[in-house]
Amino acid sequence: MTKRLLACLVLIAVVALTGAGDVMAQKGPIKIGFLAPMTGGAAQIGKDMTNGLNMWLEENGNQIAGRKVEVIVEDTQGQPNIALNKLQKLVESDKVQVLAGGLFAHVGYALAPKVDQLQVPMLYPVMAADDLTQRKPTKWVVRNGWTSSQPNHPFGEYVAKTLGYKRVVTIAIDYSFGWEQVGGFQKTFEENGGQVIQKLWAPLGTTDFAPYLSQIRRDADAVFSLMVAISALRFPKQYEQAGLKGRLPLLGGGTTFDEFVLPSLGDEAIGGVSALIYSAALDTPNNRRFVTEYRKKYGKVPSYYSEVCYTTGRWINEAAKAVGGDVENKDKFLAALRKVEVPDAPRGPVKLDAHGNPIQNIYIRKVEKKGGELWNTVIHTYPNVSQFYNYKPDEFLKQPVYDRNYPPCKHC
Amino acid sequence: VTAVVARAPLIALAVAGLLLVAAPPFVSSFMLSLLTQALIYAILAMSLDIILGYTGLSSLGHAAYLGLGAYAVGILTTRYEASFWLALVAGIAVALAVAAVFGLVALRATGVYFLMITLALGMVVWGLANRWVSMTQGDNGISGVPRPSLFGLSLASGQAYYYFALGGAVLAFLVLRRVVRSPFGATLVGIRESESRMRTLGYHVWLHKYVGFVLAGGVGGFAGTLWGGYNGFVSPADVELTTSVKILLMVALGGRGTLVGPALGALVIVILENLVSVYTHRWLLILGAVYITTIVYFPDGILGTVRQWRGATRRAARAGESPEVNPISAEGRFS
Repeated sequence: MTKRLLACLVLIAVVALTGAGDVMAQKGPIKIGFLAPMTGGAAQIGKDMTNGLNMWLEENGNQIAGRKVEVIVEDTQGQPNIALNKLQKLVESDKVQVLAGGLFAHVGYALAPKVDQLQVPMLYPVMAADDLTQRKPTKWVVRNGWTSSQPNHPFGEYVAKTLGYKRVVTIAIDYSFGWEQVGGFQKTFEENGGQVIQKLWAPLGTTDFAPYLSQIRRDADAVFSLMVAISALRFPKQYEQAGLKGRLPLLGGGTTFDEFVLPSLGDEAIGGVSALIYSAALDTPNNRRFVTEYRKKYGKVPSYYSEVCYTTGRWINEAAKAVGGDVENKDKFLAALRKVEVPDAPRGPVKLDAHGNPIQNIYIRKVEKKGGELWNTVIHTYPNVSQFYNYKPDEFLKQPVYDRNYPPCKHC
Repeated sequence: VTAVVARAPLIALAVAGLLLVAAPPFVSSFMLSLLTQALIYAILAMSLDIILGYTGLSSLGHAAYLGLGAYAVGILTTRYEASFWLALVAGIAVALAVAAVFGLVALRATGVYFLMITLALGMVVWGLANRWVSMTQGDNGISGVPRPSLFGLSLASGQAYYYFALGGAVLAFLVLRRVVRSPFGATLVGIRESESRMRTLGYHVWLHKYVGFVLAGGVGGFAGTLWGGYNGFVSPADVELTTSVKILLMVALGGRGTLVGPALGALVIVILENLVSVYTHRWLLILGAVYITTIVYFPDGILGTVRQWRGATRRAARAGESPEVNPISAEGRFS
């Protein structure tokens, strides 16, 4: 009797197990569609991004929530119209369950309506367009990166109060990321007694800054620069050659002195102060390990692009685990993606605010030479900064999104 | 056999048309969107063919008209909330007007100089798109361009817009075919073959070229308006030099001076561009190889090569008769 019962139980167990096995097998791998510029002026950034994600996956046996992972990388060339095409391809042709990546804020704005239309969750680790978690929230975009103005709210205050500069000229790349970075900086800088006395804008992809540098007013205390991609490579050198380095200290948005350009820069970058959500020089055990492993694998220091995409791998994993690997249930998976908290990412603790943008540390960094290499030494940390900084969200959202003419340049 | 060979183009055209009409239910939505793109680019390529294939002037500024049409739709529908149809008319009008001005400048030259001037003029439009930020939003581009509805029927879905683009492409094809088969079109071909001879015959050469140039611009603008609605997004990338080059290569690949050829070239390049990039990040290299092969080994393009081959078989069929001269498969049209 007991034998028969046992046999029965074994049989049931076997059926249940193989049945479960079948379900898992039918589901196949989790497909991640990853957008990044792999050719063109921002190809190096695209490489840092894919390296970041791949590193997390390799460290975790290429598995997410126990399921195999397949990453499909598509080249956006940093162009919004191409990114739109590739996005559609990843969803409709490759049938990915989750999307991630993308570079440039304006690409972020262009993609968001399409993501909502296609109804597949997409993580934005890099594209920092402010309004996507402010005045134009989207359902299917989960931002696990940052907003363009987020680091510059504390930075504007820091420059006015701690560095004590009173008059600043801004020079920035002329698109939404540049506008929002300068806007955030100007708001808090002027509220703390500073004055922005001139705003210069150079088009995306500018490599020759001579016409802009010659316009910079020499009666300023410092220059705030916001460079991206190939412009970041060229700007500091030309700034030095124009004879400005000794006279006007150079400040910057985080991407101006990001680790993706630092190895290619020389002593001209030393002394540059900038604010960002990450620095490779961050002295925490998690980050030290991340930097060491990353260098071992890819032969260079990780940039913020690498870090956010590395954390993206973990982000997807946490959410997928929370729904038991059932990422096909899109609504549940999306909700889980919004609930993820990463207390110990290399860049520090990260969790989303009520509007869906990470609350995270902002690091004020200064470029220094250590052991023959340039590093962004962290000179001050603002812990747990939200996209609204110290402002009340409702009141903050009453002002228009930062753009070329907002805040207006009262002291120009 | 000769009868079939003679009617082959018509049959092929009919089959292609049927396939295009019947395709939507059978292809994936991604493929459908590629086909829609190909149709819109086909309009552009066909319009460029008027200048390049029939008149013999290589232009490197044709993306300007795509941009003008697209920006007209983008700006009018989002900023001024005008209807798509009004924007469509405005887009064509703007493209015609700009082509009318550009034509005055560009048609003073021929050959390489014409190429350089059209390139410069194209860059003027690109510069405007890039730097006139208050109007065009610069590098950000204009997003949220709505798709229209036609007789109460929304064209928002991929399938509906595909048919809309197909209708546009067929319309453009019929109009352009009417033009190239008219005495006016014959005059353009005459100018291509020998400008001096046409002049001695008493034709107003410049005026013919000018009208052809403006017409091509207007049809290009039409393609641009469709593009704006299709993509829902307009940016300076649409007006870039690479886009102009792409259109030029579509015409060269398909076969200059054939009208159907450039449309075919558009299809091939749009599909290649999107499918090759799936397999390798070095896809630009492969596209480059295709272009070089075309220019070096098949300068008459796909259709030109097919026509030559057909001409040869026909000649073989009527061995002994005097060899037929195909007015359209001419050589040395790039010079």
